[in-house]
This record gives sequence, C-alpha cells and structure tokens, in this order.
Amino acid sequence: MKVTFEINGTEKSVDVEPRTLVVDLIRTKLGMTGTHIGCDTSNCGACTVLLDGRPVKSCTLLAPMLDGKKVTTVEGLAAGGKLDAIQVGFHAEHGLQCGFCTPGMMLVGKALIEANPHPTEDEIRWGISGNICRCTGYMNIVKAIQHAAAANAAENTAGVA
Amino acid sequence: MFPAAFDYIAPGALDEVLSLLGQHGDDAKVLAGGQSLIPLLKLRFAAPVIVVDIGRVEGLEGIRRENGHVRIGARTRHRDVESATELRGTLDVLLDAAPLISDPLIRNMGTVGGSVCHADPAGDWGAVMLAVGAEFVVKSAGGERVLPAAGFFEGPFTTGLHADEVMTEIRIPVGSGRSGGTYLKLERKVGDFASVAAAVHVVLGDDGRIATAGIGLCAVGAHSIKATAAEAALAGQEPTDAVIAEAARLAGEAAEPKADIRGSAEYKRDVARVFVQRGLHTAINRAQGAAA
Repeated sequence: MKVTFEINGTEKSVDVEPRTLVVDLIRTKLGMTGTHIGCDTSNCGACTVLLDGRPVKSCTLLAPMLDGKKVTTVEGLAAGGKLDAIQVGFHAEHGLQCGFCTPGMMLVGKALIEANPHPTEDEIRWGISGNICRCTGYMNIVKAIQHAAAANAAENTAGVA
Repeated sequence: MFPAAFDYIAPGALDEVLSLLGQHGDDAKVLAGGQSLIPLLKLRFAAPVIVVDIGRVEGLEGIRRENGHVRIGARTRHRDVESATELRGTLDVLLDAAPLISDPLIRNMGTVGGSVCHADPAGDWGAVMLAVGAEFVVKSAGGERVLPAAGFFEGPFTTGLHADEVMTEIRIPVGSGRSGGTYLKLERKVGDFASVAAAVHVVLGDDGRIATAGIGLCAVGAHSIKATAAEAALAGQEPTDAVIAEAARLAGEAAEPKADIRGSAEYKRDVARVFVQRGLHTAINRAQGAAA
C-alpha cells in the first residue's frame, strides 16, 4: 500500500506492506541508518523518532500509521550544516560512550526541552526513562541535555536583548 | 521481528469501523496506539486477517466533564491523561497512575481504551477503572452498550467486549462530595510491568465518614481485581486507622497472586495489603483537604 508522509522536512511516498515496521522502512527503504535497532521489543529506545514532534519507538509503529504525519530522525536535527543545540550539548558534555543510544537520546532530549525549556535534573531523568544507555553513561547524557537547555535559554535571552 | 502479513485499513468514520468489525468478527483486530498490539503481532501471538486502525476516526480523543461524569475518549493517549492537571482533586488516582505506565515514549502512543480492552492482568488502567467505578461505552453496528468496569475483566486478555464492538468512551462518575485517591505501583525498574499495584479512590460524606471507597488491584490475579469486601468494610465508616487496616487486610485476601520472577505469592499479597493501607491514608488525607 502507498504511504505518504514527511520525513525531516521532505515529503516521501513509499509503497510498503502494511506489516512493515517504521524502523525498517526508515533504515532499509529510505537508507537512513541513524535510527538504530536495539532491542526490537519496545524497551530500549534506540529506534526513537519524533512523530509530529513527540518521541515514539519506531520498532513499535506500523508504516501505514505514518500516513499524513511528520517524522524527524537524527538526520533531521542539523539544519543548513549547523548542529542543533542538543547535538552541541552531547558533543560538549561528551554525552555518549559507544554512541548506539545517542540518536534516540538526542531526539528525546530535544522534545523534552521543547516541551519544558527549564527541566530539573529529575525531570530529565524521567524524560529519558524510556531510553536505555547500555554503557550506563547517564551522567553525561543528563549534562548534555542541561547544556542544550541552557544554550537555548541563552539564545532566547539574547534574542530579546 | 516483523508481523505475519495482514490487510490494513484506516477508516475515517466510526460507522465504517463498525461495519468492518461486523463483517470480519474475530478475524479483525482494532489498532489504536499499537503499543500492546504491535509487540503481539511481532511475536506472532496475534495474527489477525485484517487490522482496523481507528487512528483516523474523529471524536475518539479528549477529556471533558459533562453531566456528572468525566468522559475520556477511548483513544486518548496515556500522555494526555498525565497532563490533564484539571483532574487533580477529582480523580487523583488517574493522575498518579498515568506517569507510572510503561515509559514516556510508550505513553505518547498508547491509549487508555486500548489498554483497557487489551486487559493485561498487569495493565494499570484496569485497576484504576475498577477503583473509580468507570463505565465503558462500546459500539457495534447493532447499537451501543454501556458496561460497568466491575465484571468487564473476565480473565487474562479477556473482557466483556464482543468481537464486533469497539470501545469509544470511558465515563467516570464524579459527585459533588470531597474525594481523593492515589495509585501505588511496585516495579523492578522504570517501564516494567507492575509486580503489584493498587488503585484507591475514596469519597467522603458531609459527616466526614467514608461514603464510598473503590479499590482496584493490578498484577495479582488472572485479571484486574476489584476488592469488594474491602470496599464494603469502608462504606459508612469513620476513617480510623483500625478501619483502614482491616480494609487493607481484606484487600490482601482478595489478591490471587502467582509466584514468578517478580516475587513470591506471599510477598505480592502482602505488598497489595500494604499499598491499599498506604493508599487509603493518602486518599483520605487528600479528600479531607479537598474543598467540598
């Protein structure tokens, strides 16, 4: 069946079997391998994408559910060659060890600070509770999200001034 | 992992959904948020001929208060209950339960009605709906039925819903009395199913006595359990420590837990008792603090 949706700002129309999982569609059909398959059982969050701005697990979504919706993957974070604040945060705070969970963590972090620009550490930890870092590198992931939130706040203040 | 092949249709109107369910019966499966169904499809525990996605049907989402009820559209996401802060003071138990369901990403997709109809014995909403005395509005091509939560859960993944029916709304009665509630959940780690959980909802009368109390237990039996003997022991009583302790003991007796990786049967039964005791204290304190 035909499914039409927007991914990272570009409209795509694909012909898929209804049973196709979104993570497979993105990785195999669209060739975008930044979205990872970790557990494939809705537990780990390595396959996180934003669906109409909300983070969801793309291993637990059927391709036809995307019809008419907007998807953002890690490839859609940087705009015009400029890293998103969340990417800068993960770079500056070394918010990764092996890097496997990082795309999901960044997307969850981005959605979190968009909904809540000044999250407490506790709110960040709850916010990433659906994403597992198998290296257990959570300290720096939390710092990276705090870094991005602070950078956004500084930019907004600068804009006002 | 990927599911066995199925036909997929996402009607824009409820009538079309009902007609498809009437036509296909047990061969059809309703897809709402998919956070229980899709894992089952991937594991091939479920292999429907046709998946009917109700995600495009208008009017199945949202929370509103009307005619003495809080009405929750069956496709309302867990996340949207979590953020419905207007329920604080009226239905505390919903607000306390929602953030403890699975994890934030699942809550962005998963729906209240989907979870209730899936009827996992460890599903959180079942116990909550039993505690608050919810009613479920279900529709088929033949008409509408309103089913009380009490009696709806018949066994593991088994409910009073017929194959040609879809749940459209959850109605929770809210009176004018002072009420309070809470949800307590023991889980091994964030996002896990409950080892044990308890939902409590108490309404106080003008005289300060307990008018009604609702208690639902999660993950301690073949389905969500309503602790009716404990509820009866509370109705009309002064909310004393002794009354609460006795009700909690009765609730523990209502539990029918099985030993598994999450704990022994004795342990789970006692957690149920302790959670109901703590939950009743919290619920009553909140009700006493609430404006009439």
